[in-house]
Amino acid sequence: MLAGAMGPARQWAMDHQMQVGRMFDAADMVPVSQAHMMADPESLGDAGVSFVEAFAGLPEPERRVRVPMITDPRGVDLSCYDPLGQTEAMADLERRFIAACQALGIMMTDTCINYQTIMPPVFGDHVAYGDTGVVIYSNSVCGARSNFEGGPSALAAGLTGRTPRYGLHLDRHRRATRRFLVETPPVELTDWGVLGAVIGRKAGSYWAVPVIEGIDTAPTSDQIKHFGAAMASYGSTPLFHIVGVTPEAPDLKAVGGDGLAAERIGADDLAALRADFGGEGDKVDVVVFAAPQLSLVEMRQLAAICAGRRRHADTDVIVCTAPSVYADAERMGFNATLQAFGATVLQGTCFYQQYAREIGEANGWTRLLSNSAKIVNILGGYGYKPALASMAACVASAEKGEIV
Amino acid sequence: MPRELKCHPGIGPTVAGEALTAADNFSARYDLDRIKGIFSRPQHALAGQSYKDKILVLNTAKGGVASAWMLHEMKARGIAPKAILFNAANTILAQGAALADMAMCDRFEDGDVTTLIPTGARVTVYPAEGRVVIED
Repeated sequence: MLAGAMGPARQWAMDHQMQVGRMFDAADMVPVSQAHMMADPESLGDAGVSFVEAFAGLPEPERRVRVPMITDPRGVDLSCYDPLGQTEAMADLERRFIAACQALGIMMTDTCINYQTIMPPVFGDHVAYGDTGVVIYSNSVCGARSNFEGGPSALAAGLTGRTPRYGLHLDRHRRATRRFLVETPPVELTDWGVLGAVIGRKAGSYWAVPVIEGIDTAPTSDQIKHFGAAMASYGSTPLFHIVGVTPEAPDLKAVGGDGLAAERIGADDLAALRADFGGEGDKVDVVVFAAPQLSLVEMRQLAAICAGRRRHADTDVIVCTAPSVYADAERMGFNATLQAFGATVLQGTCFYQQYAREIGEANGWTRLLSNSAKIVNILGGYGYKPALASMAACVASAEKGEIV
Repeated sequence: MPRELKCHPGIGPTVAGEALTAADNFSARYDLDRIKGIFSRPQHALAGQSYKDKILVLNTAKGGVASAWMLHEMKARGIAPKAILFNAANTILAQGAALADMAMCDRFEDGDVTTLIPTGARVTVYPAEGRVVIED
């Protein structure tokens, strides 16, 4: 591959992987069973799209990916972009990239909850996943093995069928390095996100592995999804262990946590994180349910809360979910309930990945409210003033036009 | 006298430029206005400052995977740093540097790189050799 005998796409891929592998002292490569690529057009730009299009123009044997490969949320929902203020140029870039991916044999799943909707990895499975929320869930909850693979590296893994064996593929990087004792167990989704955010901020490094005590009841998939996504967002953290819950930590000793001093996380830590965001009485321009995309269970929960109510005329509501969930939610009537509330339900996108700055400017959205601890962390840099509240409080705030 | 810092061998070409330093972390998605070429996140230590053609010196990478494509996109438009030096890079930034052919190094032997290289210093980065030279 490196010599170019299998074409320029695989040659680039192997060269890319060797550069990255050398930086992290990888001794060899490990085969992967799946690849998952984050690649929204805002991140790619014309340069990134053109880069992938060059591979798409190669003969089929040289361009097809070698393992099942899927995609993270897109930046444009092609069934609903003009109403958001997205331009035809943005949609065209999206169309070009989709065509290029399809030529490579990539399945356009357009989801960051593939572990809930497509094919979750199994314990010990080596994979090349992008999207930090996907990686932290797969490593921690499923016991799979993946580094954060940015779009280029996920593409390289798809083309070569392997990835450099460094970081989370190695036992020694999966041992706990920080030990946290949770004094106030989380209850609803936003609580889980806030706790994950606090731990991520304290851990603060890709190479830190938190082990957590004090969670005595197994969380739901959605709860631990928000927990992990927030931890990865605030800390660039790709793996955690919860004693008695996640598969590599039946007890503290199994992950080496018994030799670490415990750091308590109390109500004061959680309150301090929430204090960074807007509060009661503040006006709200847009309420966003996304990051991660909503599962079918979350769609049902949200629809139940919204049923028979109506958003304030000055407050927009955006809901982002996976295409497969959207189809189910359509069939089950959840989308219709949300639309009757005044929400726009998008499929295959996630708010922060869909030209957040431009759609904010086009719609006059500055004051944003969400139940996602992850998205409020991201959007400050995009010119928003984000606020955080539970799903129920977000709906009530959308109804009143201000944070309740 | 020039000072030389040793680090782990990195990625990308040899480059020289002016340092822009902060004891803060980095994400192209979270922290930048990539059109204007400035740090845009109000809480970032470099908020409002231009990163174009700078040698960024920061603590570590944070947040999501988008930075891998974004470094490539920024360089294609000519509004990008020349190099990024970290105490500890994460995988995403290293992957982005590889795609963008941007210089990147981390793991400095002499300690915290954000205290070793001041803003405004003239710096030459030799990624393949794992060394950085600070011109006085």
